[in-house]
Amino acid sequence: MEKENETDQDHAHHPDTVTNDFCITICTVNGSGSATANTTLMRALFHMGIPVSGKNIFPSNIKGLPTWFSIRVSEVGYLARVAHDDIIVQMNPTTFKEDINYDVPGGVIFYADHIDIPIEREDVVVYPMPVKDLIKEADVSRDLRDYMENMVYVGIVSNILGIGLDFIHDALKRQFRKKRSVAESNFAVVELAANWAGKNLEKKDRYQVAARDPLEGYIMADGNTAGALGAIYGGFQFCGWYPITPASSLAESLSQFAPELRKDPETGKKNFAIVQAEDELASIGMAVGAGWAGIRAMSSTSGPGISLMTEYMSLAYYAEIPLVLWDVQRVGPSTGLPTRTGQGDLNLTYFLGHGDTQQIVIIPSTVTECFEFGWKAFDLAEEFQTPVIILSDLDLGMNLWMSKAFEYPDQPIDRGKILWEEDLDKLEKEWGRYLDIDGDGIPYRTVMGNEHEKAAYFTRGTGHDEFGNYSEDPEVWQRMLDRIQMKFDTAREKLPAPVYRSLDDAKIGLIGMGSTDPAIIEAQDKLERLGIKTDYMRIRALPFSKQVQEFIQAHERNYVLELNRDGQLHEILLIDFPELAKCMTSLAYIDGLPMTADWIVETLSAKEQK
Amino acid sequence: MADKRDDTNAIGLTRADYRGKRSTLCPGCGHNTISAQILRACYELSIPPERIAKFSGIGCSSKSPTYFLSRSFGFNGLHGRMPSLTLGAAFADTSMKVIGVSGDGDTASIGLGQFKHLVRRNLPMVYIIENNGVYGLTKGQFSATAEKGLELKYQGKNPFLPIDIAKEALIGNASFVARSFAGDPKQVRELLKAAFSHNGTAVLDIISPCVSFNNREDTLHSYQWGRQHEAPLHDIAYVPTRRAIILEEFKEGETKEVTMHDGSVIVLKKLNQEYDPRDKWQAMKILEEAEQNKWLVTGLIYIDPNQPTIYDYLDLVEEPLNRIPSDELRPSPETLEAINQAML
Repeated sequence: MEKENETDQDHAHHPDTVTNDFCITICTVNGSGSATANTTLMRALFHMGIPVSGKNIFPSNIKGLPTWFSIRVSEVGYLARVAHDDIIVQMNPTTFKEDINYDVPGGVIFYADHIDIPIEREDVVVYPMPVKDLIKEADVSRDLRDYMENMVYVGIVSNILGIGLDFIHDALKRQFRKKRSVAESNFAVVELAANWAGKNLEKKDRYQVAARDPLEGYIMADGNTAGALGAIYGGFQFCGWYPITPASSLAESLSQFAPELRKDPETGKKNFAIVQAEDELASIGMAVGAGWAGIRAMSSTSGPGISLMTEYMSLAYYAEIPLVLWDVQRVGPSTGLPTRTGQGDLNLTYFLGHGDTQQIVIIPSTVTECFEFGWKAFDLAEEFQTPVIILSDLDLGMNLWMSKAFEYPDQPIDRGKILWEEDLDKLEKEWGRYLDIDGDGIPYRTVMGNEHEKAAYFTRGTGHDEFGNYSEDPEVWQRMLDRIQMKFDTAREKLPAPVYRSLDDAKIGLIGMGSTDPAIIEAQDKLERLGIKTDYMRIRALPFSKQVQEFIQAHERNYVLELNRDGQLHEILLIDFPELAKCMTSLAYIDGLPMTADWIVETLSAKEQK
Repeated sequence: MADKRDDTNAIGLTRADYRGKRSTLCPGCGHNTISAQILRACYELSIPPERIAKFSGIGCSSKSPTYFLSRSFGFNGLHGRMPSLTLGAAFADTSMKVIGVSGDGDTASIGLGQFKHLVRRNLPMVYIIENNGVYGLTKGQFSATAEKGLELKYQGKNPFLPIDIAKEALIGNASFVARSFAGDPKQVRELLKAAFSHNGTAVLDIISPCVSFNNREDTLHSYQWGRQHEAPLHDIAYVPTRRAIILEEFKEGETKEVTMHDGSVIVLKKLNQEYDPRDKWQAMKILEEAEQNKWLVTGLIYIDPNQPTIYDYLDLVEEPLNRIPSDELRPSPETLEAINQAML
C-alpha cells in the first residue's frame, strides 16, 4: 500500500499526465485463462468509480489462436471501442511485432520478457515483465502456472497505473465467489508482481488512474445474461435452443438462473422447461408448439440459425403464434465471422419468412435494455399474437459492460387476449380463433387443454378462415392477410419508442440502432467540437413508430449509421418513407469490430464538406 | 366390441363425438382406415376428446388429423417437423394424450432427424407413420421407404435401398416400436390402444397403401402384397386393467403379457414362433429377416414400458404450465435486487 502511494505521486509529476482516459489492450493466446485476469482489471477500475468498457476480440477457436482484450477507461463515460491502443500488454509471441504497431506515440508496452523479440519503437515507454521468474518465485503448482502468468501482468500494470491492490483483491474475491482459496492464491501472485514492479520499474509513462466516487446504480454484466434474466422475470416457460456463437450463453444463463428463481416454493419443482434441440429447425418448432399451447416460449440463436428457422417463423406469423426469438448477431453472409459483431440481420429478421411476412423486431442498445426487452417481448408477443424478434449482437451479448442496474418490471405480466373455459362461458359474441371481434386486428385465442365445447380449433399454415377452417377462397385469403397487417399497424405505437439525444439548433440528424449507441454518442460530442451539431435518434423497434418519420422530416440531412455493408436500416427507411429519400444518407460499413466514434466523425465530416 | 351408433362409452360419449370432418383423401386410401381406427380406439378407451391433442407434418397423412376428433385441438405444422412442434406443445399440459400423424415422406426424409431425436427423448405420445412408399400430394414420386427396384409411372425404377422406419426407431432407442397394416384394422386398433397407454414415444409404422400411385399387387406397400405377405408376430389384445377379464378365447394357447405403466396389460398370443417384444436383439433380428425375405412383419416389435421419459428429468410442477397464474411466473423484486448486488 505504501509503495502505491509513492507511485501515485510519481504520476502527478509527468508533464502531460493522462488520467482516467486511455485504452489498454492485452494480447494473449486463446484458452490461456486471460479472461479472469482481464475481467479482474476491469472490475477493479469499475470499483474505483471509473467508467470502463471491455471488448474481447477473440478467434473461432478453443485454444492457441491470438486473442485481444481491450479495456477502455473513460472519465466522461464513453464506452465505445477505440481503434488505437495507449497501453499494450504483450503476452503473445505470435502477434508480438504486429500488435505493438497499434500503440500510439507516447504509449506504453508491457511485455513478458521471455519473449525474445526486439521492440523497435523509440516513441513508447517499455516495461519488461519477468513473468516466468515471478511465477517460479510464487511457487505456483505446475498445472496452474500458465493461468497464473496472467496475474503477473495484473500486478505490474496495477502498480504502474496506480490501480489499488485492494480493488484487485476485491474483484478477485467476486470473481471466485465460492472459491476463496483460489482468489487468494491468484492475489498472492498479483501482490508479488506489484511489489516487484514497485522495486524494479521506474514510472516513465504518462498514464494513471485516480479513484472517483463510486458508480452508484451501475452493475457489470453482459447482454446475454441480461436477456436471460429478462426472460425469467418475463415469465418464460419454455426455451428450445441450439448452441451457436454468440448466442449460446443466453440459453446457458437461463439454465443457470432459472432453476433457483423459478421453482415452486413448496415442491421445488420447476414451472419451466429448457430443451437443447437437435438443430434450429427443431428449436423453433418446439417454441412454436409451446407458444401455441399457451406457455411463454422462446428460442435464441444467431444468423445461421435464423436462416434455418425461417419456415416456422413464416408459419408462426400466419398462424398467429406468440413467441420470443433472440438473434444475437454475428457477421454473415454464410459462416462468416462467427466471433465478430455486426448488424447484418436486420433485413433478414424484419422480413423473415416467405410470402408476405413481416416480423416485429425490437433492438436493445444496452445491457439494461437486454433485460427490459427480455421480459417485455413476451407481453408484446402475446398481445399481438405473433413472434417478437429481439435483435442483439455479439458486442452487446458477450462483452462485459458497465450498465445501469436491472429495474424490476414496471407492469404486471400481460397474457393478451386468451380465453379459458369461464371466459368462453361469459362471451356473448360469436368466437372464432381468427375472428376480429374488437376491430384492432387482434383476435382472441384459446389453447390446448381448454375443455370448453367451443374452445378447440385446428391450427394450420395453410389458408384458413376466421374459424380456422381450411380455405382456398381468394377473398378469405386477402381478408386474413390484411387483418394481420392491421395488427402490425396497431403495434407501431406500442413497441419501444425511439430515444433521442438532441443538441440545440441541430440541422443534422443521426439515426442508429443497437450497440453502436456508445460510438454515436461519443461522435456527437466530437462533431460538436468540430462545429457540426447533430440530433440523434435511436430506433428501438420495427415496424417504425410515427416518431421516426417526424424526426427525419425535422432535419435537413439525416445520416443512418449501422454496422453492415448494405445500409439495411437505411433501406427499410427508404421503403417506408420514399418521399424522404433525399434527406437520408447511409453511413454503413462492416469489418467485424464494434463501431468507433472516430469512424463516424471522419466519414460524416467528409460528407458534410462536400 | 360390436357397438352400435347410439351406444355410449364409459364417459357417456358416442362415436360421433370422436368424429372429424369428411376426409378429402382418395376413396380407399389406407389413411382413412387408420383415422377410423384412431377414432374407435379413443372411443373405446373413453378418452375425452378435449384431453387429446393432434399434430401432423405435411403430406396426405398429415392432412388426416382433420378427419377425426374435431373436439380436440390440432396443429398441422411443417414438413418433417411435427416432432419438435409436438414436443414444445406437450409441455404446456403434460396430462394431455398426444397423437402425431406423419407419413414416410414426412418422417423418413426431411423429418428423420426430428423423428430420431423425439424417440431418443421418449416424449409420451403416439407417433403414427402412415407409410405408403410414395409421395401422394405431389403426385407419385419415390419416398425413402420405397423398395429398391420399385417402378412408378413417371419415375422409372428406384435404384436405392429403402429406409426401414421401425429399424430406425429401434436403433434410435425407441421404447415402443410396432408395425401394422391398414388392411388389418383390428390389429391397428389394438396397437393404438397399447400405444395410448405407453408412457413414452410409441412408434407405429403402419403400411397404408396409396391407391392412386403405389398399389400394384407386386409392390411392398400395396393392399394385395400386404394381405398375402402379412406375418403377424402374435395376436394382440389390449386389456384396460389387470383386473379385467381377459377374453376366454384369448387365453387359449400360449400368451405373453406386458404390463404397462398405467396398469393396463397387453396380451400377446403366440402364433407361429416364439417372440418376446422385450428383447431388443430379437426385434433387430426379425426386422432384418423381414427385410431380406420381404415379409410384412406386423405386431408389437419392441417395448420397454419403464424407459424414463423427458418429463422424468425435467421435474415439472403438477399443474399444467399453461394454467399457472401470471404472478407465479415472475420472481420477487428482492431476488432481482440480489442479482444486481452480485453483479457489482
